[in-house]
Amino acid sequence: MAIEKFVVVGASLAGLRAVEAARKAGFQGEITLIGAESHLPYDRPPLSKEFLEPADGQPDPPYFREESVFADELGVTLMLGRPATELDVEARVVRVGTDQVPYDALVIATGAAARHIPGAESLAGVQVLRTLDDSLAVRNALDEGARTVVIGAGFIGSEIASSANKRGVEVTIVEALPTPLVRATGTEMGPAIASLHERNGTSLRCGVGVRSIEGLDRVEKVVLEDGTEIPADLVVIGIGVTPSVGWLEGSGLRLDNGIHCDETLWTGVPGVYAAGDVVSWPNPTLGVRQRMENWTAAAEQGAAAARNALDPGNAKAYGTVPYFWSDWYDVRIQHVGTPDADEVVLVEGDLERAPATDNRWIALYRKGDRLVGALTVQGQAEIMKYRVQIMKGASWEDALAHAARRREAHAAKLAAV
Amino acid sequence: MKILVDYDKCTGLGICESLAPDHFEVNDDGDLVLLEEHVSDEDIQAVEEACAGCPTEALRVER
Ligand SMILES: Cc1cc2nc3c(=O)[nH]c(=O)nc-3n(C[C@H](O)[C@H](O)[C@H](O)COP(=O)(O)OP(=O)(O)OC[C@H]3O[C@@H](n4cnc5c(N)ncnc54)[C@H](O)[C@@H]3O)c2cc1C
Ligand code: SF4
Repeated sequence: MAIEKFVVVGASLAGLRAVEAARKAGFQGEITLIGAESHLPYDRPPLSKEFLEPADGQPDPPYFREESVFADELGVTLMLGRPATELDVEARVVRVGTDQVPYDALVIATGAAARHIPGAESLAGVQVLRTLDDSLAVRNALDEGARTVVIGAGFIGSEIASSANKRGVEVTIVEALPTPLVRATGTEMGPAIASLHERNGTSLRCGVGVRSIEGLDRVEKVVLEDGTEIPADLVVIGIGVTPSVGWLEGSGLRLDNGIHCDETLWTGVPGVYAAGDVVSWPNPTLGVRQRMENWTAAAEQGAAAARNALDPGNAKAYGTVPYFWSDWYDVRIQHVGTPDADEVVLVEGDLERAPATDNRWIALYRKGDRLVGALTVQGQAEIMKYRVQIMKGASWEDALAHAARRREAHAAKLAAV
Repeated sequence: MKILVDYDKCTGLGICESLAPDHFEVNDDGDLVLLEEHVSDEDIQAVEEACAGCPTEALRVER
């Protein structure tokens, strides 16, 4: 069947890359991009970083493309501010309220939504941070010097805390787990990275849950399980995300921690592929089923899903060594591969001292006799060398030898200045 | 074919280095160093993936 109508649901990073890849692959048919938000597609990582920094006036929203690019260069019909409400795989249509959008090939890139604390949604001053509008609200509150409580010491929560700290407002992070960041970085490095907060004057309370968030119309305080009360003008909840699949209930797609796909990002339903934070797929590079929540995978999957959807006969598996970064207090944290390891070894750096050019923290993750992950703090020159090694299936021994060589070279260089 | 870098946009995230290590490297200061600006037919695919993979959209290939 010739594919004439290509539809993408979700107008963010993965969706944008899908429509761009379709045109790049030479697709000449109709393309429709459907998005729930009224904004043009924009970039999320800056929303908890640069976008929150003090500035004269409002910084420009991080839009990826101008509207004219969609209309003129890409020939894409935008349906923004219009959430898809239903997928009918028999009739091959996406329903958007009462409108029907027929497709021959479809990429679903509806991403994920921030989890809220039930009951706290209606209180002014309580925020999640996933969208541009969320970020603007947090920004405005910080501009007013809001005393800030961040709930959840994950990466996004930590970035917000670090931004608030930079502005000199009072900020506390509350984390229910005894050690933060364990799921993302493992038990060895999680606490080390979390120590950056205290080092920079942000208080971090771990191992204590939130009992209630209180206030009349506006938030006034956060009460912890142990009875501690923390006064607050702004509460930002950073307790993770849920894949946006509600609109697909009953569609026949398999939903299990996102949309369940195969190696080619195919849902198993003719013509329907998925990409980005919403997709769970077996990552052939690591040999495990995963759902990513990072920029790199969303961008690459968007393009890969579009190419496969438009030429299913030649569909290619999508594999990656996962990568994410996070910026706090002027240091850069980078992770490649998986934190799921038998052993984590610090190959460079002293965790008792703050990370710096002369104290890069570099940790390697071993599974069996293979290198499966690497984490660096201020190790921008090192991290990608490990990503290449993991891609090539490097042995643990080789990775350690490489680390030793690089450590010596770096020490020699520092001694020379 | 030649690689063009917008250094105002690049923040040294290094994706490009992992995809095309013969062309890109991030140095100790976290700045991108272009090791080889010319792209051969052999390398073009890797370099294009690096351009597409850059989270700040700082890279382009001029043909
Ligand atoms: C504050 C913040 C900071 C981040 N920082 C980093 C970082 O430093 N490094 C990193 O690697 N990653 C980071 N990420 C993660 C990264 O931004 C995501 O992985 C990426 O945005 C995923 O892209 P996506 O297109 O799959 O989904 P999303 O960006 O979630 O977009 C999905 C879109 O689909 C829309 N949608 C949902 N349901 C429907 C529907 N029914 N119909 C139509 N549209 C719908 C949504 O409104 C949304 O616009 C960060 C994310 C956030 C929120
Ligand atoms: S991927 Fe982009 S931001 Fe990162 S170093 Fe390369 S050019 Fe710079």
